[in-house]
Amino acid sequence: MANAALSIKNLHVSYYGNEAVKEVSLTVHPGNLVGIIGPNGAGKSTFLKAMLNLIPRDKGEIKLLGKTVKEVRKKIAYVPQRNDIDWDFPITVLDAVLIGTYPNLKLFKRPNKKDKEWAMECLRRVGMEDFSKRQIGELSGGQQQRVFLARALAQKAELFFLDEPFVGVDVSSEETIVRILKELCWQGKTVIVVHHDLSKANDYFNQLILLNKELIGFGSVQEVFQTEIIEKAYQGQFAFMKEIGV
Amino acid sequence: MAFIEAVMQYGFLQKALLTSIMVGIICGVVGCFIILRGMALMGDAISHAVLPGVAISYMFGINFFFGAVFSGVLTAIAIGFVTQNSRIKHDTSIGIMFTAAFAGGIIIITMLKSSTDLYHILFGNVLAVRASDMWITLGIGIVILAAVYLFYKELLVTSFDETMGAAYGLPVRLIHYFLMTLLTMGTVASLQTVGIVLVVAMLITPAAAAYLLTDRLWVMIFLASAIGVLSSVIGLYFSFTYNLASGATIVMAATAIFVLVFLFSPKHGWLWKMLKVRKKKASLV
Repeated sequence: MANAALSIKNLHVSYYGNEAVKEVSLTVHPGNLVGIIGPNGAGKSTFLKAMLNLIPRDKGEIKLLGKTVKEVRKKIAYVPQRNDIDWDFPITVLDAVLIGTYPNLKLFKRPNKKDKEWAMECLRRVGMEDFSKRQIGELSGGQQQRVFLARALAQKAELFFLDEPFVGVDVSSEETIVRILKELCWQGKTVIVVHHDLSKANDYFNQLILLNKELIGFGSVQEVFQTEIIEKAYQGQFAFMKEIGV
Repeated sequence: MAFIEAVMQYGFLQKALLTSIMVGIICGVVGCFIILRGMALMGDAISHAVLPGVAISYMFGINFFFGAVFSGVLTAIAIGFVTQNSRIKHDTSIGIMFTAAFAGGIIIITMLKSSTDLYHILFGNVLAVRASDMWITLGIGIVILAAVYLFYKELLVTSFDETMGAAYGLPVRLIHYFLMTLLTMGTVASLQTVGIVLVVAMLITPAAAAYLLTDRLWVMIFLASAIGVLSSVIGLYFSFTYNLASGATIVMAATAIFVLVFLFSPKHGWLWKMLKVRKKKASLV
């Protein structure tokens, strides 16, 4: 049997002794488009960063493609939250995408013409080729997100991790992004997305990880997208919504 | 004209000029990364923090380069340690650590009873540059330019999107301290030209002016160096002609260039933005 794309055993993460992620175990197989959903402060981004070894974990084992994170780093593409980026940075759209080729370049090597053509090709896939010479801050939110998706494509990765890619994004960019993520999954890649909004979760993903510090639900969208399970994760916030008569 | 004649004639002035030009280049290059990473305050801190290292080097009669790099990097590590292991915010941690290092340095120098040296270290005395100092500056310049050229990719990624760098396996913390080491070396190179107190201006003012002129990092690096060199030469001219402290005149020259760029830069300048706003308003009438 092929290796699982992602397998997590008994993951615990804390900030200064406060538990942020508690006892999470799950296995995702290649070719899935997985949404991580949960209320504010549920530890979604923390969970994502812990999976990539970007923050220390207290306990637990993480295997990506059957190996440790360290061994497969170059097969991982990570797209940060949009407000983690300095959009005034002096860099053009094409150069930002070109960074996606860096993980596969040797030390001291610069991207060559072929790499630049590949970066341009990735920009074309997200429909941003006409903007290649713009400074990244001159783009709209949706266009910026598409550029970062192009950068992830340029990495030729097997695993894609995206943190809140649909925040502040226009409808047409959103459609483009979802279409490309689905294409990646058809090609057998695995895509993990932190998603804030419940409304479209069942259209976008085929699997869901429902998180509120601990794992509330995991499985196909049909299995997890049940009122009782969702309410369990969003307990406090749902009560509040009822009070104000939503 | 008299200045050019004097440069031709006096060896000390030639050394001063060459050293200031090199300092302009070094600070321009390092400064670009400093301001893009939001570490201007860190630049100020590290430049002050080399003082105890310089003092101790004098005491033991070794080259001040080693002591300066040691105390600069040690302070950078101490700042990082306090930030990461307590609720103290980064800027507060910087404030605590660099003033402590600076104070320690003043005490050591005072105990050595050499207040003239202290004055020169703090405010620079470019006209007293010795040949050996010039060679040290050249060496530092070569090391820094080579490092930035060779690790350009890594420096770019970690300045632009550090998390992505970490995700694909770059040692981001090591790169941070590597840059701190370059910063300390740049400070040491600038000691005699502008002095500890004003080094930060050479690091950030030319880089900030360049930042307002371009949207490409490598262009910014070249422009920052050019502006640094121009400031050094203009500053040295005024220092020599009117017998003023070289650090002060060089920094004033850099500031003047910054103000011009701030007002008249073609894309990011104040004037251009104002005109754009006015045009927009007019079109709505």
